[in-house]
Amino acid sequence: MRYESLLDAFGGTPLVGLPRLSPGPDVRLWAKLEDRNPTGSVKDRAAAYMVAAAEKDGLLHPGSVILEPTSGNTGISLALVARLRGYQLICVMPENTSAERRLLLEAYGASIVSSPAAGGSNEAVRVAQGLAKDHPDWVMLYQYGNEANARAHYETTGPELLTDLPEITHFVAGLGTSGTLMGTGRFLREHVPGVQIVAAEPRYGELVYGLRNLSEGFVPELYDESVLTSRFSVSSADALRRTRELLSEEGLFAGISSGCVLHAALGLAAKAQAAGQRADIAMIIADAGWKYLSTGAYGGTLAEAEARLEGQLWA
Amino acid sequence: MAIEVRIPTILRSYTAGEKSIEGSGSTLDELFADLDGRYDGLRERLIDEAGLRRFINVYLNDEDVRFLGGLSAPVSDGDTVTVLPAVAGGAR
Repeated sequence: MRYESLLDAFGGTPLVGLPRLSPGPDVRLWAKLEDRNPTGSVKDRAAAYMVAAAEKDGLLHPGSVILEPTSGNTGISLALVARLRGYQLICVMPENTSAERRLLLEAYGASIVSSPAAGGSNEAVRVAQGLAKDHPDWVMLYQYGNEANARAHYETTGPELLTDLPEITHFVAGLGTSGTLMGTGRFLREHVPGVQIVAAEPRYGELVYGLRNLSEGFVPELYDESVLTSRFSVSSADALRRTRELLSEEGLFAGISSGCVLHAALGLAAKAQAAGQRADIAMIIADAGWKYLSTGAYGGTLAEAEARLEGQLWA
Repeated sequence: MAIEVRIPTILRSYTAGEKSIEGSGSTLDELFADLDGRYDGLRERLIDEAGLRRFINVYLNDEDVRFLGGLSAPVSDGDTVTVLPAVAGGAR
């Protein structure tokens, strides 16, 4: 494959079968390898679309400052786009995110503003909104509410899946901004009668839920419940165990959010198998494991890894 | 056997600091009503006239109850119900 530049080389990722994790020939799991994107995550799709939309709307000019609350992949994706298109990037990220992410962002030339660990990304969003108010000339793309985020998946991820797996019965992805699920989900629902769109949501330790009061909760503006069929909450322990299974059973070195997605997908697979129904379940591998090595997720016993992960944002 | 209900830090002032409490009922609505008898004010923090509060997520055996019929979701002994505040989560 040939592209004009790295920015044009996102998408078109492989869909690979997971024969060892699939329950049988009629219930099959398929992994879409989003780590095969320019910066190694699914977020390259959203970043490309959000920046293109902002340029089209005349919001970005050479030297413009992009501000974004992101503790990882979106920031890294935006950092690449910013570098190549001549923008500055400031990321607001919770202080309890892995060292690799910070180092990567700095390597690309982005600046980092830390937000308190307690409250997780909610807090980062709040800090970023405050900064945006103080600096009206900065451009916040705001992945949680930017329609171009979901549109990236409606126009690329969804069609790619349908081409590679026309017999798809389930689509499973991690729930964060909800962009992947909303965009891909809407596209698949329009083209595949009865397809199930399933969200897998990471369940963190208590620190992350440490809100001062419940009116400060957060639901992404992109999130539309009617697109989903169901939504599962997956513990760190289950996500870790499944992340290791991806590696040991299928040789797939994935990030921890992919373990979360696999856990939900295996639940659906078991249900279909028990009911004697055919299923072709596509799941998103959002990124590879490199950025999580320092979390200790892949070494020692599961209990040790879980203890090390407590209080960290792993997806 | 009863239904286990896991309570987030932020609501433990209603449960005398307990992380996990037990209740009974055949639907989520009945379960919350049962809990309200012993944990005064808890139910009101979870639901309003429209149903589950916007920033409250409730999971029945790890599945979001909004996709299982909401407050009408059937529950039974041995189930685990987890209450969590809606958060932006982790790394995006």
